[in-house]
Amino acid sequence: MSSAPGSYYLPNPSAWPIIGSIGLFSLLLGFLLLLNEGSAGPWLMLLGACIIVVMMFGWFGKVIHESESGMYNEDVGMSFRMSMLWFIFSEVMFFAAFFGALFYTRALAVPWLADTDILWPGFEGGWPTAGPKGPMPIEADTPVSDPAAQFSTIGPWGIPVLNTFLLLSSSITVTIAHHALKMNSRGNLILWLGVTVLLGVIFLYFQAVEYHHAYSELGLTLGTGVYGSTFFMLTGFHGLHVTIGAIMLTVVWLRCLRGHFKPDNHFAFEASAWYWHFVDTVWVGLFVFVYVF
Amino acid sequence: MATADVAHHEEHHHHPSGVMRWITTTNHKDIGTLYLCFSLSMFLLGGLMALVIRAELFQPGLQVVDPHFFNQMTTMHALLMVFGAIMPGFVGFANWMLPMMIGAPDMALPRMNNWSFWILPFAFTMLLSSLFTAGGGPAAGWTLYAPLTIQGGMGVDMTIFAIHMMGISSILGAINIIVTIFNMRAPGMTLMKMPLFVWTWLITAFLLIAVMPVLAGAVTMLLTDRHFGTAFFDPAGGGDPVMFQHIFWFFGHPEVYIMILPAFGIISEIIPTFSRKPLFGYTAMVLATAAIAFLSFIVWAHHMFTVGMPLTGELFFMYSTMLIAVPTGVKVFNWVSTMWRGALTFETPMLFAVAVVFLFTIGGFSGLMLAITPADFQYHDTYFVVAHFHYVLFSGAAMAMMGGAYYWLPKWTGHMYDEKLGKIHFWLTTIFFNVTFFPQHFLGLAGMPRRIPDYALQFTEFNVISSIGAFGLGFAQLLFVYVIVKCVRGGSKATDTVWEAPRGLEWTVPSPAPYHTFETPPKIA
Repeated sequence: MSSAPGSYYLPNPSAWPIIGSIGLFSLLLGFLLLLNEGSAGPWLMLLGACIIVVMMFGWFGKVIHESESGMYNEDVGMSFRMSMLWFIFSEVMFFAAFFGALFYTRALAVPWLADTDILWPGFEGGWPTAGPKGPMPIEADTPVSDPAAQFSTIGPWGIPVLNTFLLLSSSITVTIAHHALKMNSRGNLILWLGVTVLLGVIFLYFQAVEYHHAYSELGLTLGTGVYGSTFFMLTGFHGLHVTIGAIMLTVVWLRCLRGHFKPDNHFAFEASAWYWHFVDTVWVGLFVFVYVF
Repeated sequence: MATADVAHHEEHHHHPSGVMRWITTTNHKDIGTLYLCFSLSMFLLGGLMALVIRAELFQPGLQVVDPHFFNQMTTMHALLMVFGAIMPGFVGFANWMLPMMIGAPDMALPRMNNWSFWILPFAFTMLLSSLFTAGGGPAAGWTLYAPLTIQGGMGVDMTIFAIHMMGISSILGAINIIVTIFNMRAPGMTLMKMPLFVWTWLITAFLLIAVMPVLAGAVTMLLTDRHFGTAFFDPAGGGDPVMFQHIFWFFGHPEVYIMILPAFGIISEIIPTFSRKPLFGYTAMVLATAAIAFLSFIVWAHHMFTVGMPLTGELFFMYSTMLIAVPTGVKVFNWVSTMWRGALTFETPMLFAVAVVFLFTIGGFSGLMLAITPADFQYHDTYFVVAHFHYVLFSGAAMAMMGGAYYWLPKWTGHMYDEKLGKIHFWLTTIFFNVTFFPQHFLGLAGMPRRIPDYALQFTEFNVISSIGAFGLGFAQLLFVYVIVKCVRGGSKATDTVWEAPRGLEWTVPSPAPYHTFETPPKIA
């Protein structure tokens, strides 16, 4: 707690972190039980998720209240900005692990597996592949009749290129909204931020359509060998991050409706926008390395 | 400003006491104390598990525990020491010292600081309770290699979730540390004026943010391979178990430096004080730290020389690993040069610091031996490796923390610790450490494999010596606890500077350091 006016704001003791820990623990314990056939699992997960939501409302609500009542000086804002950038860096490294898995598999593991005739004679390798024991790949976007024997992949020039267009547009609209905020043009701010969220939601809808298509017609599932694993884990975690980003932008949008943020002070807006650009950039990587090549 | 005044009054109205003070605290010193106490308790618990291992290995044959439990002990001992003792211990030092060293009123994000700590007890509850589930805890070694961890029971899932929680804790803590260092320095505290402990932590925090998410990704793939039918590590589906090793060690090698760089920082604070000279080659020390951090990203496969890699890979990782000896050598040289012609005295912190320089260097040399690929084919997975990493992690990281604890305890508590008992603790620790681990070099060179509860008869003598040393080393740490408790509860009053003309802002504030320090930034000369 800072006593000098205008100095760095130091918060009082807070119970929100421990509540967050309890929520996180319940969520993971519930997930653990769910995976290991404990009947309480789903309920414990739900409880944990609810606690985390309450914690976020309480914690962020307090931060917003402190910010709106002018307790933060510029240094506090700088701390927030820096920490968001480092957090995004940690997210980049999380995706790097999965991209690394994709590159390692495609460039090294599968060719080595095909080169040896000891374990799996006759395995040709190549990409896509579901491995020596998995179904055989056929041409992209072709419905398969026997998913145990064949699978098809999703070609880049249908939904994926449309989704690329949607997400790239949303990066532009969020930038327009940011400029509107800086010019104090509230109407444009609310309009373009709303459009951004909408584009994100449409993206998620198409992603769901694509997943449904893959599971029901193409025989492509999470269990379709290493191709299915990398495809669904990469696009799935990306979709999760789009969801998180869209929720963040929605909260910011609601706050805009309430008249929050000033042209020179709008950390939550900036943080969400950075996060959105990050999610976008990851998608470009996905489009290139998962869909096109 | 009216709002600031309002906030100021709030503090006096609700400042919880008792347990709630510790649970809800946003004060960096409180949180530092929590981290240090947590670290010490995990250190003792992990040590107890090491004693189970050494009791079993006291003689050949199986007598104390069954092999599966033995495997759980080796795994859990490592996980506890790495994630429970060493990492949180250094974060405890960071919390206590960084704001005081750079003239900041607190950490940059105090509530998040609280959360970083309070995730840990939950994570370790999850991890430790896996020992009591059907099938027991994780038993595949701390490296959690697939496919062993694909096959284990519920305990493996608990380990995975515990690692997720520890990862969140570490990432949040590291973000806080970086932001504090970049944004909270007092005016005039330029980067190149920062104490070396601050520098080493800055670089450590960067490593943490870069690699903890990679570990999270690796264990997530394990989880989906276990339960959701993915085939990342299953060749039948086109995956590769060796890929787990690559991803794990991409995390694992920077992790090794996460555990040693803050130790270098502590040593670099202690040696100048008791040499009564400024640190020799400050700039070189900073650059060497950065160079070590950079190299840590391109050496990971030296943990995997025997797994099967193309020759170019073996050569690349051999040479890049040997390169690390250069910046590390710079550091050792600079510590020795700092002592050269200094007015040396050997209080307990200095004893620990000198021992760390000497013993860590032994660990560094055995590391160089392990870096030589053809030689490593012989040493791999033997007790030589066990000896090597205990020389860098125990007599490097852990003993540096002990030295740091003695160095700053008077500042933290306001009392001098018992110097005589401190010295006894030092000598017992150092002697028993070497009794425990030096013979393991010979065991490894003679071919005794690690992580096996039984061994051939010719290894008996050295194992007996090692086990005797381990019990001595374990009991010596009870003395450490006693000295700390005694110092917290009383003792002769410490002066503000504590030592003779030490450098650093922490010595300009009273002992014990007041609850809030540097609310108005200090003037930096």
